[in-house]
Amino acid sequence: MIVETEGLTKRYGTRTVLNGLDLEVAEGSVLALLGPNGAGKTTTIRVLSTLTRPDGGSARVCGFDVVRQAADVRGVISLTGQYAAVDEEQTGRENLVMIARLHRRTRPAARARASELLERFGLVDAADRRVRTYSGGMRRRLDLAMSLVARPRLLFLDEPTTGLDPVSRTTTWDAIGDLVRDGVTIFLTTQYLEEADRLADRIVVLHNGGVVADGTADALKNSVGGTRLDLTFASREEALRARSAVGGLADGPTLGLPSDGSAAHLHRVLDDLLAARIHVLRVATHRPTLDDVFTTLTAVAA
Amino acid sequence: MSAATTMVGRSIRLSRRNLDTAIMAVVLPVLMMALFVYVFGGAISSVQSYVDYVVPGIVVLCTGYGATSTAMPVADDMKKGVVDRFRSMPISGFSVLTGHVVASVARNALATFAVVLVALLMGFRPTASVGAWALAMGLLLVYVLALSWLAAGFGVIARSVESASLLGFFMLFLPYLSSAFVPVATMPPWLRAVSEHQPITPVIETVRALLTDQPVTSGRPALAWSGGLLVVAFTWATWLFRRISSR
Ligand SMILES: Nc1ncnc2c1ncn2[C@@H]1O[C@H](COP(=O)(O)OP(=O)(O)OP(=O)(O)O)[C@@H](O)[C@H]1O
Ligand SMILES: [Mg+2]
Repeated sequence: MIVETEGLTKRYGTRTVLNGLDLEVAEGSVLALLGPNGAGKTTTIRVLSTLTRPDGGSARVCGFDVVRQAADVRGVISLTGQYAAVDEEQTGRENLVMIARLHRRTRPAARARASELLERFGLVDAADRRVRTYSGGMRRRLDLAMSLVARPRLLFLDEPTTGLDPVSRTTTWDAIGDLVRDGVTIFLTTQYLEEADRLADRIVVLHNGGVVADGTADALKNSVGGTRLDLTFASREEALRARSAVGGLADGPTLGLPSDGSAAHLHRVLDDLLAARIHVLRVATHRPTLDDVFTTLTAVAA
Repeated sequence: MSAATTMVGRSIRLSRRNLDTAIMAVVLPVLMMALFVYVFGGAISSVQSYVDYVVPGIVVLCTGYGATSTAMPVADDMKKGVVDRFRSMPISGFSVLTGHVVASVARNALATFAVVLVALLMGFRPTASVGAWALAMGLLLVYVLALSWLAAGFGVIARSVESASLLGFFMLFLPYLSSAFVPVATMPPWLRAVSEHQPITPVIETVRALLTDQPVTSGRPALAWSGGLLVVAFTWATWLFRRISSR
């Protein structure tokens, strides 16, 4: 396990932000931490990246204790915080070269690395402009590039694509995909469930400082309900007749029916309707989205 | 150490680009010089050559004030979160502050150079030997380092860049209660007591004695005050930086 926490607790004044958090992240995997505003996602990342001291419990990153071996932890991680941590009065290139120099690269090697990253994140044209003149998305991409100057074993990304346009978001996702292929472990937080669905091997839902769900995207979706069949008829009356034949919930000309998603179940339903001489216009299956999961879980736990 | 060098490069680049600060660092001392020599110089006639008398005071006033400007970029770093990136990297926190302190020393060296240059044009005739100049600059260096580290500490705890600049106001007024511009003998007794015993007076007296070829009588307290403050401020600022970083 590259990240292990046990009973991690953090208080701000009388407010308990992390309430005995237990987390495990396997090396080489992608973990997405989900949760409503104020759930403690950023706090978790700050504790794991040695920026904030926990009040209780323990956390180990790559086997190093985040409090007692903070310097060792810093040697293996990289962080892209929720707010861009870039120097406004330096150019994009200067920012990157500076970070490379801090990672003890020689000057030519630092320059080469900077050019490579500028290219990759589509910042070549803006490379020699001060960051002050960058758009929010450009700043965000530079911030991410700065975290990738040295190849970390574990990369923390706190809402990496918030505020990015669809193209930049895809660029970022591709970059994250490349890192995963290189064996970098990714620990990210996000507000976009689509992002978690697409990138993460495992999703942890945080609420009020504790874990309320933990599993693959599919497992989470199944936990809030299986597949639903949506059958559409010619009219509302037809839908109501169908309801008396096969059950379900009618909504206008559409009938929603719980299902296990199997072909056999669909067959049975269609046979029953045929026997009742009810003509089905369209059939759609509907899987719960992570949005459904999110809403259900955080509403129940509230 | 290489991290500190990189951070020094960063801070110098940042201060070169912050035009307001750069201009203030050089123009303010020069204006002060002109003000004292031409406006007050005629009225303050208790000393023969007022330019020779006032230059060390101006230099100490301006370097002291200039050093406190270290607080602003430090506070800015703390506020902007760029410091979080540095803290999550395998470099010592000490190097981040060192960058700002060294940039401050560089700014002040430039300001001192400008003041002395303008002073020479205004009729300043120092009679000091090269050795005395070196000693005076050495003492000023310790003084500027001490105030810069103090300011760096203030920058770490300041809630905003504006409140970080408050230390500067204090340092701008403190030298008036010293022998910087008028001999303390001209002050009322209670003020004289304050002026004679505050830390800046021995620094000014020593620099003045060195530059005007007079016997140095307050070298020991000057060095003790500056060196002591340097040790305390350095320890305080680096401790604060580590403590705040583990908030
Ligand atoms: N330095 C601090 N001092 C006091 N309270 C804090 C501090 N940092 C965070 N908090 C509080 O801790 C709680 C959790 O904050 P955190 O930033 O971890 O949430 P989050 O899950 O990242 O939220 P968001 O989605 O809005 O980024 C919030 O209620 C916040 O007000
Ligand atoms: Mg957050």
